[in-house]
Amino acid sequence: MVNLFKHAKACTTAFAVAAASFMTAGHATAADDTITIGYAVALTGPNATGAGISTVPNYRLWVDQVNGEGGIEMPDGSRKMIEVVEYDDRSSNEDLVRAIERLASQDKVDLILPPWGTGANLAIAPLMARFGYPQLAVTAVTDKAPEFAARWDRSFWMLGGGHDYATGLVDVLAQARDAGTINNKIAAVSVADGFGIDLIKGARPAFEEAGFELVYDESYPLGTSDFAAIMSEAQASGADSFVAFSYPPGSFGMTKTAQAMGFNPKVFYISVGGAFPIYPGIADGKADGVMAIGGVDGTSDSVKAYFDAHTTFVGNPPDSWASAVTFASLEMLEQAIGRVGLDHGDLAADLSSGTFDTVIGQVKLEDNQLRDLWTVGQWQNGAFVGVGPADKAGAAAPVIPKPEW
Amino acid sequence: MFVTILILGLVLGGTYALLALGLTLQYGIARIMNLAYGELTLAAAFILVALMQGFGISPLLTVALIGPVGYVVGSLLYTVMMKPLVARSSGGKLDVDSILATFGLLFLIQGALLMVFGPNFTSISYLDKGVTIFGVTVALNRLIALGICVVVGGALVIALATTRWGLALRAVAQTPTSAPLVGLDVNKVARQGFALGTALAATAGATVAMYQTFSASGGVVFTMKALVIVIMGGVGNVGGALAAGLLLGLVETFVATAIDPGLTLAATFAIFLLVLLFRPQGLFGKA
Repeated sequence: MVNLFKHAKACTTAFAVAAASFMTAGHATAADDTITIGYAVALTGPNATGAGISTVPNYRLWVDQVNGEGGIEMPDGSRKMIEVVEYDDRSSNEDLVRAIERLASQDKVDLILPPWGTGANLAIAPLMARFGYPQLAVTAVTDKAPEFAARWDRSFWMLGGGHDYATGLVDVLAQARDAGTINNKIAAVSVADGFGIDLIKGARPAFEEAGFELVYDESYPLGTSDFAAIMSEAQASGADSFVAFSYPPGSFGMTKTAQAMGFNPKVFYISVGGAFPIYPGIADGKADGVMAIGGVDGTSDSVKAYFDAHTTFVGNPPDSWASAVTFASLEMLEQAIGRVGLDHGDLAADLSSGTFDTVIGQVKLEDNQLRDLWTVGQWQNGAFVGVGPADKAGAAAPVIPKPEW
Repeated sequence: MFVTILILGLVLGGTYALLALGLTLQYGIARIMNLAYGELTLAAAFILVALMQGFGISPLLTVALIGPVGYVVGSLLYTVMMKPLVARSSGGKLDVDSILATFGLLFLIQGALLMVFGPNFTSISYLDKGVTIFGVTVALNRLIALGICVVVGGALVIALATTRWGLALRAVAQTPTSAPLVGLDVNKVARQGFALGTALAATAGATVAMYQTFSASGGVVFTMKALVIVIMGGVGNVGGALAAGLLLGLVETFVATAIDPGLTLAATFAIFLLVLLFRPQGLFGKA
């Protein structure tokens, strides 16, 4: 016991020491022919994985493309090269807030790009509002987006809320049930963390309203690595549809477990991670038919071009959920600058009311939110394509039942 | 239902126990509380994936060969990094010093992994086939982990209990100050203990890579799990770590199946707390 306490104390000291000295110093020179754009994202720590998939590669790709074309076009037709100030927030919101303060008051960057994650975007929203910077929060999934957009009028929320995704899924399943393809029983599991809780909370009433019966509805703790017990319960439940509101490790683990035990529900839905480019490899090449959160327009040439450019520049394709939206948000910023220049108030006004041509098609925000979203996607012929909402342009028809593993 | 819980629980427990064996050796014999333990296992996991994807080397071969590599790395780590700490320490100072030093090592390895392998989630599909035992389907790769755990852990228990080498290790573990009196080279034995622990960490990491999704920043999860098992089993007690790991697996599976999957973590830490309160020396440790 004594030893344990000693350990705890030593650990605290060590954390404090480490925390005191970690910021990667950036350097900005604000010449007239450049725009400085700053951002603080998680390059290390637990959030580095998410940021490293959806956020950082897109920022770098975009800067590379824009500078390759000679810079951002200003309203007067001149071009300004982008100079980047990049900080690592080490997945800590305290460090993140400090870095944003520094970007705004010391580096005096022209624009600040948002960090990765719902919590991180909420953490900096008041600060961004105080300094007047527009905040294009992409990787933030929250049902409270309308409130936030009203509270901070220069904030923009582009990935919807848990309720959108839950109801989107229920719509897809209800159609299949009405067509007689699946029974009305659902086995649902959810990770006991912000995201999973939000989604299952939205899904429960939506399933009930649509006449579904939740025959298995359990949550599991974050960090769970073994899903054998959960999956065998779900298999025994008699449900045709398996729904998991999960993070990538869980999504991948459940896929492997389902394959190992020969669990072949007619609908196999997982959440974050299902749209990652590595998913087919994890599913041992048998990803076709698996549904997950997100999606892109499988028929769109601009999406295809973006995937190719991303693959060339980063080395792997982007994920098919937040990546394209992140890139679209940067294109919006670029086009808004081209129309109104760098004044933060004008930029925010243009972002809020303007129409933009982006990789995900024509975008027009509603009350500072992107509402025209893919909620459900499915692996079809090796590509992850949007299947819901069914009436969205480019939507593919869902394949139900899923072929056996 | 009972058979399901028993088999799924034992398989899960085997993977837990395998993770903890190395840490219990490192802490028990070399008295180094290695906070970078999880990162070492991760490094092995990444190596397995890189070898498989880059050179088509069978993961099973990597699992077999990574132990000796881990031993060499552990030996070097001890000589270069830990020995100076051991040399200047007296009393309980080594505990704190080694925690601070390995805490630094944690970031060093994590940074290196992030640089080399990137921040993405990594997962491979290998031997994900189902095997049916008494009507319960378990994944073959997890079964292999259980097998490795039982064989390696069992061999260690026997070797520690019956061989002269095991006696030396136990002597150093028990009273490092008096071991030199009977002609034992404490430094050498401690190095062996630490290196063996690293070898086991590497083996465990390579095994984990076959069935679990991991990323460069997730090492601390492995360290935590291993630490809980080591303390429950009694520090330095290999048999204890085996039993504690299996017990945890059984309890988690029982709770997930019979009560609520949401309570697995709570159950783990409830047991941990009970052990700390009533048997602080561990379930199988000597007072």
